[in-house]
Amino acid sequence: MSRQTPRVSVEGRKFSSEVFALTYGALVAQLLKDYENDDDVNKQLDKMGYSMGVRMIEDFLARNNIGRCHDFRDTADIIAKNGFKTFLGITPNVTNWSTDGKEFSLILDNNPLTEFVELPENHSSLSFSNILCGALRGALEMVQMEVEVWFVQDSLKGDDTTEIRLKFIKKLEDALPDGED
Amino acid sequence: MAIYDFYIFHREGTCIYYCQWHGKKPPSPSVTEHNCKLMYGLLYSLKSFVLRISPTDGKDQFSSYRTSKYKLNYYETPSGIKFVMTTDLGVGNIKDIMKSIYRKIYVEYLVKNPFIDVSKPVSSELFVSKLDAYVKELPFFEPKQ
Repeated sequence: MSRQTPRVSVEGRKFSSEVFALTYGALVAQLLKDYENDDDVNKQLDKMGYSMGVRMIEDFLARNNIGRCHDFRDTADIIAKNGFKTFLGITPNVTNWSTDGKEFSLILDNNPLTEFVELPENHSSLSFSNILCGALRGALEMVQMEVEVWFVQDSLKGDDTTEIRLKFIKKLEDALPDGED
Repeated sequence: MAIYDFYIFHREGTCIYYCQWHGKKPPSPSVTEHNCKLMYGLLYSLKSFVLRISPTDGKDQFSSYRTSKYKLNYYETPSGIKFVMTTDLGVGNIKDIMKSIYRKIYVEYLVKNPFIDVSKPVSSELFVSKLDAYVKELPFFEPKQ
């Protein structure tokens, strides 16, 4: 391929975003072969994302000198401006806040995972980038926030944009020492 | 100056790593385990005490306490990993050092190794040797003669 492609830079080490997108595509394709059912694949992607998120958060904290967030709006900003930027090289927009400030949407203008993807018609319920939901859920759980994450719109399915919705469920507390309650 | 011992606690409160460099004779494993539990209990109580007594709003965190014999330095990451290092009284603020142990050693050699379950006590020799080397390089590692 002669086209100049954007590269994701991690501490000077560069990695072609094409290789990344193609690898992810191969992974999803393999899962589809193994599970044969879109819903099961969505679940698996979410689970894989979760396991990644649980560790990614540590890497994220190590790279970015960020303290605790004061509220969910802070969190939203940091996810969009630092989180997505660090790991995917994009900055989604934060919008559509619910009135109680517990739900918001991330609008992805371009999703590096789906650069070469067209969904076949028989996989209409597949949520191709579901791994992102799992990763967000896993990462936030490690900083004491339980959230629900899902795709509202996906440009792969013919929607205008790609929209991920995050809903704050509750704050998780520190584990008590043994033998105390 | 001297570094006595070092603990890492996982967010569920298990002590995943303990190491001693200087100080009195190393305690037996069962005593160490008991001490770790006591330490976590102390951190937990001290943390909630500090929050409760705080005259200002917002998240207060204690970073160290001193007795007449030693100083306990504490650093907790936003993800709830707790680092404790006991030193002698001559050691100043070492928050940055604890942070870099997290950044350069904990994250690099434990979190990024997919075969390691980070909620279990550390079994990685690589981690242990890197940490040991890092700590021994610190200017205040050696006890005063």
